[in-house]
Parts: sequence; structure tokens; C-alpha cells
Amino acid sequence: MPLVKLRGVHKTFGSNHVLKGIDLDVEAGDVVALIGRSGSGKSTLLRTINGLESIDRGELVVDGVALDDGFGDLRTLRQKVGMVFQQFNLFPHLTVGENVMLALKVVKKTAHAEAGDIAKEMLLKVGLAEKFSAYPDQLSGGQQQRVAIARALAMRPRVLLCDEITSALDPELVNEVLAVVRQLAEEGMTLIMVTHEMRFAREVGNKLIFMHHGLIHESGVPRQLFAEPGTPELANFIGAVS
Amino acid sequence: MAYQFDFLAVFDYGDMLLKGAAFTLAMTAVGAVVGTAIGIAGGMCRAWKLHPLDWLFGAYVELIRNTPFLVQLLFIFFGLPSLGVQISEWQASFLAVVVNLGAYTTEIIRAGIQATPRGQIEAAQSLAMGRLQIFFHVVLRPALQKVWPALSSQIVIVMLGSAVCSQIAAEDLTFAANFIQSRNFRAFETYLVVTAMYFAMAWMVRYALNVFGRRVIVARKPQTRGA
Repeated sequence: MPLVKLRGVHKTFGSNHVLKGIDLDVEAGDVVALIGRSGSGKSTLLRTINGLESIDRGELVVDGVALDDGFGDLRTLRQKVGMVFQQFNLFPHLTVGENVMLALKVVKKTAHAEAGDIAKEMLLKVGLAEKFSAYPDQLSGGQQQRVAIARALAMRPRVLLCDEITSALDPELVNEVLAVVRQLAEEGMTLIMVTHEMRFAREVGNKLIFMHHGLIHESGVPRQLFAEPGTPELANFIGAVS
Repeated sequence: MAYQFDFLAVFDYGDMLLKGAAFTLAMTAVGAVVGTAIGIAGGMCRAWKLHPLDWLFGAYVELIRNTPFLVQLLFIFFGLPSLGVQISEWQASFLAVVVNLGAYTTEIIRAGIQATPRGQIEAAQSLAMGRLQIFFHVVLRPALQKVWPALSSQIVIVMLGSAVCSQIAAEDLTFAANFIQSRNFRAFETYLVVTAMYFAMAWMVRYALNVFGRRVIVARKPQTRGA
């Protein structure tokens, strides 16, 4: 059984039909790259997977938890799905360590000392152990994004969603974030990422999904699709971004 | 003949002045604490549109900010007893200050809450945090940081405005002034001293709120290591 399963998922914003029936299976350990033009629905699709966007129709199951079961299950679902955002979204009034520890303490009721140990372990993983007591505004964008990854990982999610996590970074800071993601992929973390880093999608991803007009227009193995796109839309898109 | 100033005629009533000042400060302190608590609750309900509480707080805010404080006070002191609620001068004064300040802080704190970047709330939701957890751990502190100067000003405004509580014979600083000048017939000296006392108190309250804001609301933990 797939870790993430979507069947016939529809989403509209007002008169704008953003998702027009998405079927998607993500297996544990998959690294999925979601690509497509702006407005194709790729970010919306990602955000439905942890319930940040409700779905109008269809079915969503993550690790046995179905989304349509109400508010209580929404929080159960979110404990299984971590998310990292384009704008980092660290909590500015908390230190780096407190950012990572907060949900452990208030959601999982982890004791302070244990939460601190987990936070240190996660910060070590992203190479920022020495920033434990710094505040977000004292860090570079790349460092903030690595803290955001550590914060998501601390909850031990089954799958990590990445929403254009390098798009707000200065070019020289992109690689330090991608290196962390690459390491997670190698460790077997299930990743679903909306990305414009085509080279990264090709090298690290094992599934490529091309969204077009609210549908999965084409999907497959990244290397093959990049070499031989099956549709003119994907060929155009690859031509436009590379 | 030139007017002979006699400040001793005022200082003879020093005890009364100090008691009055203490009453005014106590009213302000209670108003600040309870009023801010109301403002936090009201600000959350209004900013997050929690029906029907936001409508109730909305009506409360409109009622208070569109009517004079003196009328609110008179309503509480003379109006409530008609409904069978007996209330003393000092109770009516404290209640009026709390009710008045609570309405203004609701609006001020609501603005701070609404200034929370959407992404921070989404990040907290993604971490499986619940609504109230998000409010108290993620939203509240930065919101108070943003509006602290406005909140401090409003508290001082209400302290100065509380002078009208003397109208129902609550024994605040203005009540003391009225009483003293009716005894010593030294209106100029009495009101000059009381003016100076209000000035000093307002300045002190503002300073105290400033320090509290820096040390508690905006406070940062010391770095254990260079960043």
C-alpha cells in the first residue's frame, strides 16, 4: 500500500478549478519532484497532502490516515507529514532550538530535556548545532531554511513536503539547502517537492510529475522524461526552464 | 496686593493626596492587567472571526468607544443598582476602567494578531499544533511586541481619564484635590500640586511599561554561544 494515496482529488478556489482530478501514489522512500508552470496547481496539490488546503472532492490517505475524517484526524495526519516552505516561516520570537522543540513539547508532550536532545540531533543533521541559541534573524536565509527542515524532521514525519524551498534564497545559498535534502533522500526519507531545480530533480528524484492545467499531465522516471518528454507541453516546459 | 502662595496649605493634606494617588494607581494597575487579558481574548476572537464571540466583542467595542467614559461610569454606578446589583464607588470605578480599557485593548491587540504572517500560522499547523497552541505559542508574543507602544499609551490615557471617577465620590487623586481645595480655599496651589502628581504618575507608568515591554515582552535569551 502506498504511503501517500490520492484518488480523484478536486479543488476549486471560487471559479478557478485548480485541481481537476488528481490520482497519485507515493511509496515510502520515493523522492518525487513536482514541476510545472506557475498556476498549474503543483503547490496546491502539495498543500492538500497535509490539509493546508481542504479538498472539494476525492480521497486522500497518508499512512492509513484519511483526510476527510474531520479535525482530529487532520492533526494526526499532520504528525505524519512535515512541511518546509519557500519563506522558511521560523517563529521569530523563539531561538533556533526553541523553534525545533516547540511542537515536540506542545503536540507530542515530549519532556523539555528530551525535546532539547532531539533538537540538537536534528540541528546537527542540518549542520547548525552551534546555532541552537541564536535567533532566526541572526541567520542567513540558507541557515534559516535548514532550521526549518530540522524543525519539520524533529516530529519524525513519514513524508516531508518541500514547497519551492530554495526559491527565496540567494543563488550562493541554494546548494547548502539542497545538500541537506539530498542527504535526507539518501537516508530513505520520503520526499515530495515542488521545485524549479531541474538538475536536482533529475539527479535526486526517482519520480517526476509534470502538472499542467490542474492535472498530472505526465509522470515517470526523471532521467527518461527529461531525455524524452512524451508530450509537447513537457518538452516546451523543459525547453523554457533549462 | 500680589497673591501670596501657600503650598503648606496643600501639604497639610499630604496623606489624603497620597491615598488618592494610590487609589488612581491601583485602578490603573487592575485596569491594565484585566483589561489586557480581555483584550487578548477579544483580539483573538475578533481577528480569527470566532463566531459568535467576535460579534459580541464587536458590539462591546463599538458600545464603549462611541460613548463617553463618564457616562459609562454613571451607568455602572447609578444604573446597575436599578437592576438590583449593589455596587460601591470604588467597585464601580474599577469596573468602569476595566470595561473601558478592555474595549480599546481588544482593538489594539486584534491589529497585532492580524499582522501575523500567514506562513507562520501555516508552519505551526503543519507541525500539528492546535488552534489555541498556535495562538499562545506562536501568535501572541510577536503580536504584543508589535502593539506594545500603543497599548502602553492607552493605559496611560485611561489612567488620566480615570479622574472623572471623582464624580461618583470614588476617592481617587482628583477627588482628594476637590476636597482639599474646598477646605483650604487654595485652588491654584492644590490643582498645581495635583497636576504635577498626575504628570509624575503618568511618566512613571509609561516608563514602567516601557521597561516591562523590553524585559518581558520583547526579551531575548542571552546567547550561550556567538551567532
